[in-house]
Amino acid sequence: MIVVLPIAALIWESKKDGRHAFWQVVSSPEAVGALKLTFAAAFVVVLINGVLGTITAWVLVRDDFRGKSIVNAVIDLPFALPTIVAGLTLLTLYGPSSPVGVNVAFTRTAIVLALCFVTLPFVIRTVQPVLLELDVEMEEAARSLGAGQFTVFRRIVLPNVLPGILSGSVLAFARALGEIGSIVLVAGSSLHTEVASVLIFNVIQDSQPAEASAVAIVLLGAAFVVLLAIGALRFYVTRHERA
Amino acid sequence: MPRRLALRAVALGYLVVLLLAPLAMIFYRTFQHGLEPVWQTLSNPNTVHAFQVTLIAAAIAVPLNTVFGVLCALAIVRRRFRGKGLLNAFIDLPLAVSPVVVGLALYLLYQRTGSWFGPWLAGHGIQVLFAMPAIVLATIFVSVPFVAREVIPTLRELGNEQEQAAATLGATRWQRFWRITLPSIRWAVIYGVILTTARCLGEYGAVAVVSGRILGKTETATTAIDDMIQNFQTSDAYAVAVVLAAIAVLVLVLMTLTKPREDIA
Repeated sequence: MIVVLPIAALIWESKKDGRHAFWQVVSSPEAVGALKLTFAAAFVVVLINGVLGTITAWVLVRDDFRGKSIVNAVIDLPFALPTIVAGLTLLTLYGPSSPVGVNVAFTRTAIVLALCFVTLPFVIRTVQPVLLELDVEMEEAARSLGAGQFTVFRRIVLPNVLPGILSGSVLAFARALGEIGSIVLVAGSSLHTEVASVLIFNVIQDSQPAEASAVAIVLLGAAFVVLLAIGALRFYVTRHERA
Repeated sequence: MPRRLALRAVALGYLVVLLLAPLAMIFYRTFQHGLEPVWQTLSNPNTVHAFQVTLIAAAIAVPLNTVFGVLCALAIVRRRFRGKGLLNAFIDLPLAVSPVVVGLALYLLYQRTGSWFGPWLAGHGIQVLFAMPAIVLATIFVSVPFVAREVIPTLRELGNEQEQAAATLGATRWQRFWRITLPSIRWAVIYGVILTTARCLGEYGAVAVVSGRILGKTETATTAIDDMIQNFQTSDAYAVAVVLAAIAVLVLVLMTLTKPREDIA
């Protein structure tokens, strides 16, 4: 009830004024710009965290060094830290008063940075358990048959962890599309850095909830697609268990 | 092995640049002028009230979502019923939907004119939007999935042989739940509760839309940080942020201690 009713009200509200009004809002330059930026930023972030997240997961499982368990715990920091605090911490180090001389505040780079922060754990946490279960003997067998490091990775490790990377990436993508808390502070208030969630927020503040609902419907649709994708992926990955 | 070291450097470097350095920086900036200004901000009545609002919302949302999460997990794993797939999908919905969209949805449901519930509630003198009820509803919404998500896999692995055995020995459904099911899933429940609490305390997007952010009334800890930055009270914002960050570090420690053991490499 608590979840479904509000969503139903949102869909009803956006339908009320008809399809024409909906398209008018969604196709306005501001909405198109914001949606484009949102999807592009989410895509870039997924690529970065897809690669670096996989590397980090590999290091956590296969490598051994002092303080590894602490590093392992730190990965969950973005889940524990309020997003607005995440934004503020990034602004402190990479903003106008940066002690290291890096100022990306109020740029699109800052948006990507903030999104990388909040979506960091997803890929790592989905790849880690798969790597843990992966048999090292398979890799050793390949190596004994003369396969090089890269071949072993490409032919054996990658195919096994790919479903994990994909499902983590899809989750990270969904999170990146809707993220607001970490972005409001680092993105500032120019049209150039306005993502969809911030646009919705601003339009509501201007007391135009009906217009906000049109853009919200697009994000909601994307969320449904993501949930379906995760379901399909789960179905595909467990195909051997079901057979 | 240089390749191994290189990968380790990349992974650790990424974590330091992205997570640890910014976090350390905010602690440094907050305390660089000593404890006095921090204490002044935190003892300001408006700041205290903001933390109170956040805590009250969490105190209502966490127990509700814990009970609901356990019941949902039991229903999804143990029962067969129509719409089970739907329930399963809807539990995940708050994870995939933007918090702003959640806020907007609540806004549309409860606004005074032209909404489903707003006019009736206003007629009975109950204010939801821009008041405590809306903050609580938003907090509950965004933190629905966590307990269920943690408990479901544990219940699946557990199977129900023990419960069947207890049933053949004459244990009632209630006894079976308290004596067998709950003790077996307790770590998963605790882990889920920790995640739920963290999410409730840190919620920003949904609450910012429906709370109205009235200073000393409906301002929460997270919206207070935003408003302080907008008003150039940077050091005040740091003080509030550091309290939330300290709670996050505590949450992290608790998560590590209660995490199901097999997950740790």
